[in-house]
Formats: sequence, structure tokens, C-alpha cells
Amino acid sequence: MLYAILCYHDEAAVGAWSKEEDAAVMSKLQVVQQRLAKEGRLGPVARLMPTTAATTLRKDREQPLIIDGPFAETKEQLLGFYVVDSASLEEALEIAKELGGANPGGAYEIRPVLVLNPGTIAT
Amino acid sequence: MTDIAWIDAALTSARPQAVAALLRYFRDLDQAEEAFQEACLRALKNWPVNGPPRDPTAWLILVGRNAALDDVRRRSKSQALPDDYAISDLEDAEADLAERLDSSHYRDDVLRLLFICCHPDLPATQQIALALRIVSGLSVKEIARAFLVSESAMEQRITRAKQRVVGAGVPYETPGAVERAERVGVVAAMVYLLFNEGYSASGGEAHVRAPLCEEAIRLAKLLLRLFPSEPEIMGLTALCLLQHARAEARLGADGNVILLDEQDRGLWNREMIAEGLALVDKALRHRRPGPYQVQAAIAALHARAARPEDTDWSEIDLLYATLEHLQPSPVVTLNRAVAVSKVRGPEAALAMIEPLAPKLSGYFHFFGVRGALLMKLGRAEEARIAFDRAISLANTAAEAAHIRMHLDRLMKDSQPV
Repeated sequence: MLYAILCYHDEAAVGAWSKEEDAAVMSKLQVVQQRLAKEGRLGPVARLMPTTAATTLRKDREQPLIIDGPFAETKEQLLGFYVVDSASLEEALEIAKELGGANPGGAYEIRPVLVLNPGTIAT
Repeated sequence: MTDIAWIDAALTSARPQAVAALLRYFRDLDQAEEAFQEACLRALKNWPVNGPPRDPTAWLILVGRNAALDDVRRRSKSQALPDDYAISDLEDAEADLAERLDSSHYRDDVLRLLFICCHPDLPATQQIALALRIVSGLSVKEIARAFLVSESAMEQRITRAKQRVVGAGVPYETPGAVERAERVGVVAAMVYLLFNEGYSASGGEAHVRAPLCEEAIRLAKLLLRLFPSEPEIMGLTALCLLQHARAEARLGADGNVILLDEQDRGLWNREMIAEGLALVDKALRHRRPGPYQVQAAIAALHARAARPEDTDWSEIDLLYATLEHLQPSPVVTLNRAVAVSKVRGPEAALAMIEPLAPKLSGYFHFFGVRGALLMKLGRAEEARIAFDRAISLANTAAEAAHIRMHLDRLMKDSQPV
């Protein structure tokens, strides 16, 4: 069985880490990730940019609504995610709109990825 | 994980919101700061034992408020409130408070806290010092170090600035839309001043002043979280990130300034650049250009160029033309001239800056640019005069050293082989 592990934390507190503190945490995480990767048990790992870089697409209406900032509702739950490659936010929003056309309702949060490690899982 | 580093980060990140809420409650800056201080002391004792609260900010506000009230009551010899150690479960109170914090007036609270630091009677450096003390929570010692003055001088400066803003009356009423937008603009200007205070440093100073840039970025992001759809705040944040990303490459080992063209681009911070570019992209989608966005877009074009010769100078020229229109200033035209010299040659650039001479006669960069253009045109003697003038106007030893390097080159080139 594949499991997704979703990371939640106080963004402002993580943002207040010094460069050294951040690097220390990342290298501790690297140790675990490298072991899992060697065992062929690590899928893609992403570190996302802060929520200030996020844009949300509400697709629960005829004309999807674009809102600056992260998804901030509590009545919907996280059901899945995509990682797409696009040249601009505009292009990423087009992809999200297209996906939303195929599956209306709810919302997509579009957040740039800071670091992506594709992982080693063979499926 | 409730170690001291975590608590420290949590207290730092909670500070603007907590002090802002306590200020609304007590309507007294000193009292709000003291209450927050007291709450922090209790957090340091309480959190390692009981674990961190679900919402650290709400906890700090509630405990700070109780502690201050307790103090008032103790002084009036009436019955004290129960100590917060006796309250084993803050959950209910926290939930209630968190509910109210989510509402929009928390946004105005933090904006107010930033805005009172920007009182127009205060000189820019005092506005910055006050914001660093009150909003960021830097110690007087840290601020004094960054401003290269003694601790007692900075203490005095901050005390005076505080008296001044409090004497002027803090605007507690909820601002209307127009007033709010004005406040955001004033605060954004202060944040950018703070950034430049750190960014324009060079030589031995650069290292001690870099934290000013980091604080400015933190405040810009705070502002952006409060006003997520303000393209100018996206632009401001992006501009700071894109410029600060070059910090490592900007200074040579001996503290001399390394210009963009000569920087080792491998030293640029890729993550900061990526975040800056994402914010520029996000801002441009609004199609409401403003000075911060245009400057960020210029910085973005530099950041995108893998090598100096890949720089899209004609696009930069166009962006500077937009900036001249939005925010006319001889300094902007001077910067545009650098782009013009790359696109249309040094002659066109020189013609562009000549009319600026009366306004920029005391400006180091004017003579630096003028000298460089004259040098390219082979007018060595005039170039030498311009460079001499630049050296006499240099603000820092590193600036002077940079111009001297040009002069040396000029002298060498003009010698018969």
C-alpha cells in the first residue's frame, strides 16, 4: 500500500528559523529519506513555497473564481494532489481550470514547489 | 518537540499579532509590550512542562492579558485572578479567542502596530528602529549593532520615538477602505526603507546589517498574509527576495562591492529567487502595475539570466520607462540609462543623463555611471574627472575602492604600450 504523508506546521514559526536551524532540520530529514530511498520505499517528496505564494481556484461555480492566498476553508478535505510543470502561474491556472472542468466542485490550491525529490518507488 | 529553539521561533512569529492584540486591549504601547514579555516568560516555564498550546498566539494574548490585569488588581489590593498555572486547560478560552482573532480586525490590529511606527514626524531611521523594536522584537542591543551606534544612543532614540508616536495619539478606530490602503502604502515604504538600510551596507558593515534585510522580508510577508491580494505587496516581497538572493555574491573577500555583471551567479540563492519569481508572476496577473512590481520585474529579469550577456536589456529599458512614468525621479532615469547604454549604446545613455546633472550633482552613482559611459566612448580625460568626483562623494570605503579600480584601468589603458 502506498501512503501519502502530508506535512503540516506553523508556517510563521518555520519561517522564523534561522538558515542554520533550517539546514539542520533538512539534513536530519535527509538521513531518513536516504534510507527509505535506498530501500526503494520513497516516493516523491516536495517542499512547497510559503502560502504567500499560493493561489486558490474555486471550481464550485460556473466561472471558476481565482483567489490569492492558500485554501482556507474547513468544510472540504484534502483528497489528492498533482504536480505539474508549467512556465507560469497563468499556465498552471489553465491546467487547473481544465482539471476543474472535468471534476467541478471544491477547490484547487496552486502552490509553487520549492524542492522536488522524485523518489525511487517503482510502480 | 518543545525545545527552546522551537519556543523561541514560536514566540518570534507570534509577536506582531500578540502585541497588536494587547495594544488594542490596553491602548498603551508600554503596557502591551510588558504584558507580552510576561507571557513569554511564562511560556518558557510552562510549555516545556505542559507541551505547547494548540494556538501559541492565542495563549500568549490571553496569558499576557491576564498577567497584566492580575498586576493591576494586585496593585489595587483587590482579589487576584487565578494564576495561569492553576488554569490547567486554556482550551475553551483559547478557542473563543482564536475565533475572534480570525476575524478581520486582527488584520487591522497588526496594520495599526506597523503604522504607528511610521509616524510622519519621525525620521526614516527612527521609524525603522521603532518597528524593529516593537514589531520584530529585536533587542535594543541588536538594533544598535545593525545601525552601528552605541546601545545607549539607540535606547535614547527608541524611547524618544516612542514618546513621540504615543503623544501623537494612536489611531484605534477601525480604518475605512481608503485609509487602510493609505496605511498599507506607508507601511510598505517603511519596510522597503528597512530593507535598503541593510542592503546598501558594504564592507565590514554588510555582515552585521544583513539581518535588517531578513527582518524586512519577514515583515513584507506578514503584510502579504494580511493583504493577500495586494499586487504591490507581492511586488515588495518579491523585490526584497530577489535582491537579497544576491547578497552572497555582492561582496568580495575584501568587502568591495561586486557589480551585477561581475558576480558569481552560482552564489545566488536559488530558492529565494524561485520564490521571488513566483510572486512577480502572481502580482502581474492582476494587471495593476505599481513601482514595487516594476522594480521586482526588473530584478526578476536579472535573476533569470544565467550569464550577464543573457540579460534582456531592452525589456529592462521598457520597465524603467514604466517606472519613470509611475514614479518620476532622476535616480530612476539614471538607472534606465544603464539599460539604454546596453541597448542603444553609451552615446544615447550619456545624452539621457546629461540633463540630470544639476539634480544629481551630489550623487555618487551619477558620476560613477557618467565616468563609465565616457570611458566606453574613449573620452578618458572626462571620465577621469567624473570618477574623481565619484570618489569624493562615495559614502563607503568599498564604493570608493570600486571607482578607484575603474580609474586604475583607465590609467593603464591610456599608457603607451
